[in-house]
Amino acid sequence: MTIDTGNKTYLQQSDAVRARFDKIRQREVILEARHLGKKYISAQGEVEALRDINFEIHRREIVCVVGPSGCGKSTLVRTLAGLEKHSSGEMLLDGKPVTGPGQDRGMVFQGYSLFPWLTVKKNVMFGPEMNGASHDMAERDALLWLELVGLDKFANAYPHQLSGGMRQRVAIARALVNQPRILLMDEPFGALDAQTRIKMQTNLLDIWRNVDITIVFITHDLDEAIFLADRILVLKAHPGEVQEMIEVPVPRPRSTAQFGGPEFRATKQRLEELIHPPVQHEENEDEKAIKPHLLRFTHVTDNVE
Amino acid sequence: MFGTGMSNVSGWLSKSLMARRHALQVLGSFLLPLLIWCAVSYLPFIWHPKMLVEVPGGVDYFRAGMLVDKSVFQDELTSMQAQNLELPQGKPANPIYLPAPHEVAKAFYTAFTKAPEQKDLPWLHESLWHSVTIIFWGFLISSLIGVPLGILSGTYSSMARLNEPFIEFFRYLPAPAFGALAVAVLGIYDAPKISIIVIGTLFQQILIIANTTRKLDPTIVEAALTLGTGRLRMLSRVVVPGILPDLYRDQRILLGWAWTYLIVAELIGTSSGITWFITQQARYQHFDNVYAAIMMIGIIGFGMDILLGKLGRRLFPWDRSQKKE
Repeated sequence: MTIDTGNKTYLQQSDAVRARFDKIRQREVILEARHLGKKYISAQGEVEALRDINFEIHRREIVCVVGPSGCGKSTLVRTLAGLEKHSSGEMLLDGKPVTGPGQDRGMVFQGYSLFPWLTVKKNVMFGPEMNGASHDMAERDALLWLELVGLDKFANAYPHQLSGGMRQRVAIARALVNQPRILLMDEPFGALDAQTRIKMQTNLLDIWRNVDITIVFITHDLDEAIFLADRILVLKAHPGEVQEMIEVPVPRPRSTAQFGGPEFRATKQRLEELIHPPVQHEENEDEKAIKPHLLRFTHVTDNVE
Repeated sequence: MFGTGMSNVSGWLSKSLMARRHALQVLGSFLLPLLIWCAVSYLPFIWHPKMLVEVPGGVDYFRAGMLVDKSVFQDELTSMQAQNLELPQGKPANPIYLPAPHEVAKAFYTAFTKAPEQKDLPWLHESLWHSVTIIFWGFLISSLIGVPLGILSGTYSSMARLNEPFIEFFRYLPAPAFGALAVAVLGIYDAPKISIIVIGTLFQQILIIANTTRKLDPTIVEAALTLGTGRLRMLSRVVVPGILPDLYRDQRILLGWAWTYLIVAELIGTSSGITWFITQQARYQHFDNVYAAIMMIGIIGFGMDILLGKLGRRLFPWDRSQKKE
C-alpha cells in the first residue's frame, strides 16, 4: 500500500505546472508517432526493437526518452532521424510522413560526430552549404550560432583541439544552424564528466528558451531526464514498448537547486520503479554465474576497515 | 611561480632528452648494419673465406690478385712445402660479391663523376631517372583507376560485390607472369614495363582503398545525412575528405610496392633503367657498382617516403594518427 501512495505523488502538479501543460497541449503537434514498429533480422533471428509506439510531441516541448538498456531508445531516435527505416506504422513531422533523413530534423550524436577535417566554423557552415546557402550567408549564420553556444573564439580551431563539452557545443550549433523543426539528441552528454554535463544541460535549456526548437532527448541518466524534460517517455525492453509518458511536475524555470525537491524525488522514484526492477532481474542471470571467491592476501592485523 | 617554472623546465628537458634518444635510436638502426658490414669487411679474422693471392710462388695456376678458397690455398701451401718449391703468399679476403664499405662509397661517388667505360652506356643517374619515370607513370595510371574504384567500392556495397571477387582472384596472379603478354601487346620499350607496375599495384590498391573507405566512422556519414547531404555531395564533401589522410598513407605504402615491381618490370623487353645498370655491372663483376645502385634505390625510396610523410603532416593538420609516427 505504501508503494501505491508513493506511486501517485509524481502525478500531483502545482497549479502553475498544470497551467503550463495545458498551454503546451494547445500548441500544434510537431512530431507524431502512430503505431510505430521496427523489426530487424539479426544473427539470432528476427528481433522486434520497437512495438506499437504512439506519442505526440508539441512545439517547443522537451521530451526525454529513458528506458533500460536494449529498450530501443537509440533505435527510436535513429528512426525519427530517418537513419533507420521503420517496418510498420507511421511517423509524421508537421503532419507529413517522414521517410529518409533530412535537414528538418537535426541530430546530435553521443560520439563526437564532427567532421575532423573541417574547422569549427566550417563544421557549422556545412549544413547551410549543403542546403544551398552561399558561402557568405553560411559563414554569417555559423558565426551567429557559434556565438550562441559560446565558441566564437574557437571558430578556426579543429575539433580535435577542443574538449568533449566544447565539441558537443559545436555539434549542437551545427544541428541548429539548419533551423530544424526538431532537435534529436542521442545521449549527447553521456561521455562528459558530471560537472561538464550539468553545465551543458543548463546551457541547452538556455538555448531552448531562446530558440524555436523542439527537443527529443535520449538519456540513461534519470536526473538528466527530469532536469530537462517537460515529459518523459519511458520505454521497456524486449520489445521496446511505451510504458508510460510522464509529465514532469518539477516547475520551470529549472535550476540545479531543484534536484532534491519533493516533485523531483517523486518523479525519480517512479522512474526507478519503472526501469530498474526488471533490469536488475535480467542482468542478474548473467551476473549470477560470477561468484568471486575471496582469499586474504594481507596480514591478519593489516585491516583497512 | 617558481614551482611552475621549474616543472616547465624539467618538462622541456625531458622532452628534448626524449627527442635526442629517438634520434639516437634512428641513427642506431642505420649504424648497426653498417658496423656489422665494416666488421666483416675490415677484420680479417671475421669470415673472410677466401685467400687473395699476392705471390703465386710455385703454384702454376696461381696469379697475383686471384681469389681462391682458403682450403685450396692451404692444400697448395702444404704441397709446395712438401716439394720444397717457392711458397705462395696471400691474405684473407672476402668473396668478390662482398665489397668493403669504402669501395661501395667510392663507386657511389664515381658513378656520378666519371663517364661510363663504354661510350654508349648511360650514366647511373640517367638509368635512375629512367626508372623513376617508369614508376611515376605506372603509379599514376594505377592510381587514376584504383583510387576512384576503391572509394566507390568502399562506399557502395553493390559496387564492391560487382568487382571485388574478381579483383581478389586477379591479385593472386603474379604480375611478372604477364611479362611476355605485355611485350606481345605493348612492344618492347617502356609500355610493357609500365603495365607490369600497373598490374602489380592496381588490384591491391583497389582493395586497400576500399577497406580504408569502409573504415570511415559511420556516424560522420550519418551526421552529414541529418544535415541534408545528398548522395553525390556525400562522396565529394564527406567520404573523400574523411578518408584523405588514410588514403594518403595507403598511397605511400603502395608506392613502395610499385618500387618492388620495378626490377621485374625493367627486365621485360629491352632491359633498361637501374636494373639494366645492375645486371650489366654484375656481369663485369663490378659488385661495388651493384651495391651502389641498390643503395641508390633505397635512398630514393626512403627519402621519398620521408618527404611524403612530412608533406602529409603539412596537408592534414587535423589527422592525429600521424603524430604517432
